[in-house]
Amino acid sequence: MKIHEYQARNLFRKYGIPVPEGVICHSVDEVKKKVSDEDKLRVVKAQVHVGGRGKAGGVKLATTKSEAIEKAKQILGMDIKGITVEKVLVADAVDIEKEFYVGLINDRNTKSVTLMASAEGGVEIEEVAKVSPEKIIKMSIDPGMGLMDWQARKIALQLFNDPKQIRQAAEILVKLYQLYIETDSSLAEINPLVLTPDKQVLAIDGKMNFDDNALFRQKEIIAMREADKEEQKEIEANAKGLSYIKLDGNIGCMVNGAGLAMATMDMIKLYGGDPANFLDIGGSSNPQKVVDAMNILLGDKNVKSVMINIFGGITRCDDVARGLVTALDIIKTDVPIVIRLSGTNAKEGLEIIKQTGLPVVETMSEAAKTAIELSKK
Amino acid sequence: MSILINKDTKLIVQGITGRDGAFHTSKMKAYGTHIVGGISPGKGGQQVEGIPVFNTVEDAVKATGANASVIFVPAPFAGDAILEASYAGVELVVCITEHVPVQDMIKVTPVLKRNGTKLIGANCPGLITPDECLIGILPAMIFKKGNIGLISRSGTLTYEVVNMLTESGLGQTTCVGIGGDAVSGLYFIDLLEMYENDPETDAVVVIGEIGGDAEEQAARFIKEKMTKPVVAFIAGQSAPPGKRMGHAGAIISSGSGTAAEKVKAFNAAGVPVAKEPSEIPDLIKEKLGL
Repeated sequence: MKIHEYQARNLFRKYGIPVPEGVICHSVDEVKKKVSDEDKLRVVKAQVHVGGRGKAGGVKLATTKSEAIEKAKQILGMDIKGITVEKVLVADAVDIEKEFYVGLINDRNTKSVTLMASAEGGVEIEEVAKVSPEKIIKMSIDPGMGLMDWQARKIALQLFNDPKQIRQAAEILVKLYQLYIETDSSLAEINPLVLTPDKQVLAIDGKMNFDDNALFRQKEIIAMREADKEEQKEIEANAKGLSYIKLDGNIGCMVNGAGLAMATMDMIKLYGGDPANFLDIGGSSNPQKVVDAMNILLGDKNVKSVMINIFGGITRCDDVARGLVTALDIIKTDVPIVIRLSGTNAKEGLEIIKQTGLPVVETMSEAAKTAIELSKK
Repeated sequence: MSILINKDTKLIVQGITGRDGAFHTSKMKAYGTHIVGGISPGKGGQQVEGIPVFNTVEDAVKATGANASVIFVPAPFAGDAILEASYAGVELVVCITEHVPVQDMIKVTPVLKRNGTKLIGANCPGLITPDECLIGILPAMIFKKGNIGLISRSGTLTYEVVNMLTESGLGQTTCVGIGGDAVSGLYFIDLLEMYENDPETDAVVVIGEIGGDAEEQAARFIKEKMTKPVVAFIAGQSAPPGKRMGHAGAIISSGSGTAAEKVKAFNAAGVPVAKEPSEIPDLIKEKLGL
């Protein structure tokens, strides 16, 4: 789960990480009301769940209140990578002497939380990671001990020279780790962490993601969920026990199992087609799931044909077939469908499917080829 | 021979009284797996399918000499179940449960290392040595005894490939579904080493996915240490960057872990990568000169 920058800043503040003042506004009127009359340098920032908003024009400076209102007017409603900006953060801008990067992630390779830091912070951090990876300091954290003070100090020493700043930075790192663990985060970044001309260390921008599997024990975090339209669709699918991700192609796929679903998409691409989605109906054979899955698939107007690929292990093919028959009874559609059933009770399943008159094939390759052909009709 | 499990494996089931636990216990038992006990706190003394139920893993291990455990408990308790098995001295722990929080898996990792416990999963279908022992939720009828090892991060895709192998006359020594979560137990390398040392395994199939660098590490290991032929498949070649594809934990981030890089790494190690799963049996036969 993702949260917005302003929410990450609120969490930082709660854990004692210094952040400049700011207000969140959903409309120009709100900016007029919430922002103080004082003329000072402010930054108006679009709050969206995608990167690259600065380059898209979603971050603007303002020297006066009226200018802040003007900039908010420009940013609110703006489209950034397909997402409409619905809120802006109007924050005090600070003078920056130097920018740093610090971040925590769940590192699958070391099987631990890894702390990363760099003296080259800012928007180009991914470029730094690619071009000069040696400029990114990495430290693996022992889950039993947590981030120890000396470790935080060791990192801070590589970023700062002044003892007071080293102490400030080390404290921020320890607090960030505490926040990370207590909220079951999967990514926590301060980018940039800045040094101001008056020698304060501050978090200017923050990004936090959370482990969906741990949300059951993170009531406060779930309450922060502000999903955009695309995410909303995926969340609704999840609630029904389906994993759905919309893509740009025109061949809808419904598959059981994430790996097989990915392989199915690959196969469609391999034979010259373009998958419309990733859709994993999971390990159960509940017919309702198939109905829900078909509804989601056919709700995408780009879909010109549907490929259903089921390998029955625990999911029995006859159950899937019954689900399909039920689903197709409910949903009247002209979109052509091809079905491939194999594995547990495939014979019984194929027998049931026959009554729908839909084309049934034996292998994945055949199914992909057929789905592509059907999409062209 | 085989790896990890065989006809002498003594298995206990953690969460044996739950719906999934009970269902798959009967399936595993029917296959011939030697299930010596089950765990369900507070239900010690009862029986499930004629199998004695214990309150703790420790009690079960003491009473039965169990050396393997399979976990079906709900996700919030799975991390603790792994720890309980590890501290009780169980050598092999297989966690079927999906949606286990990543922090819980990170916490158990150093404990497993300290206690010398081998973990498969979480979020995995389990493993099987055909005709000897099945642990987990794999559909038994598609497997056949033979000389091919198989390691996979996926579930149903594994069944798909195994079915193709079996239908083309290629049986298996042991097939292991290691699970697709971001942080999990044994990885490709650990298992490749076991297959290399198993006299009955003649070739290995590796089914990878986008995300992480387990495949790249495997490729390096194969190049340096393996004498047996390996054939690979990578799922997710068409996935857009930055998207998590279901519970597979398949995330591509900032250039590392892409399908193209994995294919390149495997090819550099002399490992052919199948364009689609149906090519795998022929690639194996070619490597074995069949």
